Amino acid sequence: MIEHPLLVAEGLSKNYGPRIGCRDVSLEVHPGEVLAVVGESGSGKSTLLGLLSTELAPSAGRVSYRLRDGRLADLAGLGAAEKRLLMRTDWGFVRQNPADGLRMAVSAGGNVGERLMAVGWRHYGNIRDEAIDWLAKVEIDADRVDDDPRAFSGGMRQRLQIARNLVTRPRLVFMDEPTGGLDVSVQARLLDLIRGLVAELGLAVVIVTHDLAVARLLSHRMVVMRHGRVIETGITDQVLDDPREPYTQLLVSSVLAA
Amino acid sequence: MNTPLLKVSGVAKTFVLHLREGARLPVVNGAGFELFAGECVALGGPSGAGKSSLLKMVYGNYRVDAGAIRVRDGEEMVDVASTSPRRLIKLRDTTMGYVSQFLRVIPRVGARDVVAEPLIHDGVPAQEAVARAGALLARLNLPERLWALPPATFSGGEQQRVNIARGLIAHRPLLLMDEPTASLDAANRTVVVELIEEKKRAGVAILGIFHDAEVREAVCDRVIDVTDFAKAAA
Repeated sequence: MIEHPLLVAEGLSKNYGPRIGCRDVSLEVHPGEVLAVVGESGSGKSTLLGLLSTELAPSAGRVSYRLRDGRLADLAGLGAAEKRLLMRTDWGFVRQNPADGLRMAVSAGGNVGERLMAVGWRHYGNIRDEAIDWLAKVEIDADRVDDDPRAFSGGMRQRLQIARNLVTRPRLVFMDEPTGGLDVSVQARLLDLIRGLVAELGLAVVIVTHDLAVARLLSHRMVVMRHGRVIETGITDQVLDDPREPYTQLLVSSVLAA
Repeated sequence: MNTPLLKVSGVAKTFVLHLREGARLPVVNGAGFELFAGECVALGGPSGAGKSSLLKMVYGNYRVDAGAIRVRDGEEMVDVASTSPRRLIKLRDTTMGYVSQFLRVIPRVGARDVVAEPLIHDGVPAQEAVARAGALLARLNLPERLWALPPATFSGGEQQRVNIARGLIAHRPLLLMDEPTASLDAANRTVVVELIEEKKRAGVAILGIFHDAEVREAVCDRVIDVTDFAKAAA
């Protein structure tokens, strides 16, 4: 089976002074694959996401990405302009707090249209139509297109952030606790939406979550982190149903079954 | 020469419970058997003998400590016990189906779409997939008014029929079934027996747990007693 990973991390480490954020993490993400990174607060999962998305510079190790021309490029070697283009077009980043991923003073349509303009769309009518189309995909009524996200509920803001990220048809999306802080009913709707869009668009996703039910619903594979290290990895249902490491057994057994 | 679709050899499994001072729970040892196209084989033995665990090991849901579980994927024999996670996902996608005892409910997705999903995943056009899902649910006597509703609020028997339909709708050469008729009435048990017979005629190999003696006698060609594997592990 010939396989070409989309994202490759090798020996990633990050120190914050004497404190360790991430230690010697290696992983691959393949096209169309959802990888969940789970662990408790302080396990290093958000640091790992920062390193993979190049928002943080590693203390050691490297991250490579397969560009659209098929070349696997070391991201540290890309120029600033090349990297910016990659982030605007080929990647998405859905943040836990929508205010960090949206422009709160710009209309909903503008938030979505901005990414289209970054990839060269110029015709106002087309941008607006496409934006309205995407708002519908994330279940936001077309008559809210001119409202700015400050007037939206938390769940709506998060759905808008997803539309903004997916409108350019990225190949890889990073998600940091995308359902954190939302009511459970709102969570369910968002999860179902993400699940549908990921399958429909064939997206590769790296999702950080402390919620094992989210990992079970969305991911194909998962890695469990503790103290900055990956301690267990495998197919999601295998890790959750037959956890091997003491810490993973503790995590799985600590979940209340509803 | 008839080669097996599934060849289990020397499989051993012990659960280690780290939260219980490392208590060891032996499941099976030296488990071995073969499964050929077109036959239905039951895992037999008393409750707690490790039937479900063995089935989950074949699917790769549980890991194994020793031995091999080889599944034929075209020309290749893939060892579930040692292959990479990505290869196992692919094997499940193309070759191995699993009908669990209980439906894992997906929020907001209607019953018919739950059933159609494996077909859509296989590349069948959505309209055709949904039509085939409806036809299968109709055969399993699930009232049409329920098709658009998420199965979370369905009765146990209704959920199980959705689960069976989802597990049987797409063609997979190897099917694993964990008590597919546990919560069904006689009429629906008969439908499931017919569906299993059709799979066998299509060359599908089925490994399952069938507590219902009537169903087991109707569909199973032989029984593998797991008691010996469990004894060897104790």
